[in-house]
Amino acid sequence: MTAMTLATAGAPAASAIELDEVCLGWRDKMAVRDLSGCFRKGSLTAVVGPNGAGKSTLLRGIMGWVSPMAGRIRVSSGSGSQLAFMPQKGDFDSSFPISARDFVAMGSWRRVGPWRRYRREELERLENSLQAVGLGDFGRRPISTLSGGQLQRALFARLMLHDADTYMLDEPFSALDRATTEDLMGLLMEWNERGKTIIVVLHDLELVKRHFPETLLLAGQGVAWGKTQDVLTPENLHLARHLCAGDYR
Amino acid sequence: MIGLDMLWEPFFEFSFMRRALAGSLALALAAGPLGVFLILRRMSLMGDAMAHAILPGVAVGFLTAGLSVTAMTIGGIVTGLLVALLAAAVARLTPQREDASFAAFYLVSLGVGVLLISLRGSNMELIHVLFGSVLALDDSALMLVSSSSSVTLLALALIYRPLVMECMDPLFLRSESRMGPVVHASFLLLLVLTLVSGFQVLGTLMVVGIMMLPAAAARFWAGSAIGQMALAAVGGVLASYAGLLLSYYANVPASPAIILCAGIVYFVSVTFGVHGGLWLVARQARARSLRLSRIPERE
Repeated sequence: MTAMTLATAGAPAASAIELDEVCLGWRDKMAVRDLSGCFRKGSLTAVVGPNGAGKSTLLRGIMGWVSPMAGRIRVSSGSGSQLAFMPQKGDFDSSFPISARDFVAMGSWRRVGPWRRYRREELERLENSLQAVGLGDFGRRPISTLSGGQLQRALFARLMLHDADTYMLDEPFSALDRATTEDLMGLLMEWNERGKTIIVVLHDLELVKRHFPETLLLAGQGVAWGKTQDVLTPENLHLARHLCAGDYR
Repeated sequence: MIGLDMLWEPFFEFSFMRRALAGSLALALAAGPLGVFLILRRMSLMGDAMAHAILPGVAVGFLTAGLSVTAMTIGGIVTGLLVALLAAAVARLTPQREDASFAAFYLVSLGVGVLLISLRGSNMELIHVLFGSVLALDDSALMLVSSSSSVTLLALALIYRPLVMECMDPLFLRSESRMGPVVHASFLLLLVLTLVSGFQVLGTLMVVGIMMLPAAAARFWAGSAIGQMALAAVGGVLASYAGLLLSYYANVPASPAIILCAGIVYFVSVTFGVHGGLWLVARQARARSLRLSRIPERE
């Protein structure tokens, strides 16, 4: 735990999300224990760990959908500060009869709400985000006819339209080919350069090493948190596997 | 003599037929769109469960005030919502899944309801509650079904955007607003309201049919949620009209005749529908095998 505080203490920028001895879980099963640290404003962090390490639970805790059993989660409340969440593939109904454009248009919710109409400016934003993810010609297609990669692009377009300060993505690249992954990763880096805080749950450690400056390694508790090359050491990864396997015994 | 005027003559001639038509059309217009959302939310059996859940309340209303529309309606709404809340609570507090707890509660409700009505009523009255009295709608029943349908359609329009979001991506709605539970509860309320008013027309057992069959059929014709809702309403209207004619000329009970016609609408749609209907699928399969057979085989 000391290594984690050291790594984050060196960062001068303000924190977007602060965790203080946080314990999270469902019913009587604790998924994340005593996690402390912070996601800096404008940081690009990968959250990695074995299955059952509590990665998705952590994101849900930050969103406020799971309240901590102990400890505190502070989300900085700067001007218009918001969190946007991108669900995993199985979390939404991809056979729903809705066009790709209407699906992406959900991202405008903060500005249009349940009743206001989409003004020209909003429709332009919508077109722009469809273009940006390469779905410019697919707006009218029902989402059930989109390929896995196109569907993921639509999710990214919706996130882009949302225009929040902090983006949290739960396994956005699972089952995607390399080209699509690189495309979408490029978008994430572009958003990050524009000052967005981005937190991504991931499995592909090579991708993490290539693109993510910071990493949080979870295994039911924080194993390490800081610069990616300091976190993804063979010893840490071994420890993480060991901790998670111990849970099932 | 068989003539075109057979299509409207019963409605000109008899006021009970006009009332039956008005009542069943009003019901069909609201029930179809609700059914579409039940199917989209994968809660097709929920309509069934709720229709049974209103029965004990209807029975208590009947026991205290006889066949009074107001008493039976209030009772039905109360137990319908109570069962929905209890089933949801059991699903949340125990490992039992929601569909199973709903099934348990509605089966109990059905038993309690039938038992309560039998305590005081005759078999005729039991049949009236279970199968409705579309050919004997009085003013208060007609008022109830038409106003509940109007309220339902207006409310659906009002909550349409968040309702679609809640159906297809509940996590997203949850990250954006706290409306999720409100929208879900309003939807259940509209469902109970429509079922309670619909039971006056078609009875508790048959009212689910006019909700689910046209909605299930609409899926084969329209690719958008709005299109499916409109078509479900149209399908329900056609089935009601045709069913009443069938009942008049063949001298059979009206509400099963209406559901039978809705069933025909459904089977025609499954067979000939342009979105995945059997005919289309078979033709595509044949075209595919023809194409493949034209590819010359390698020596």
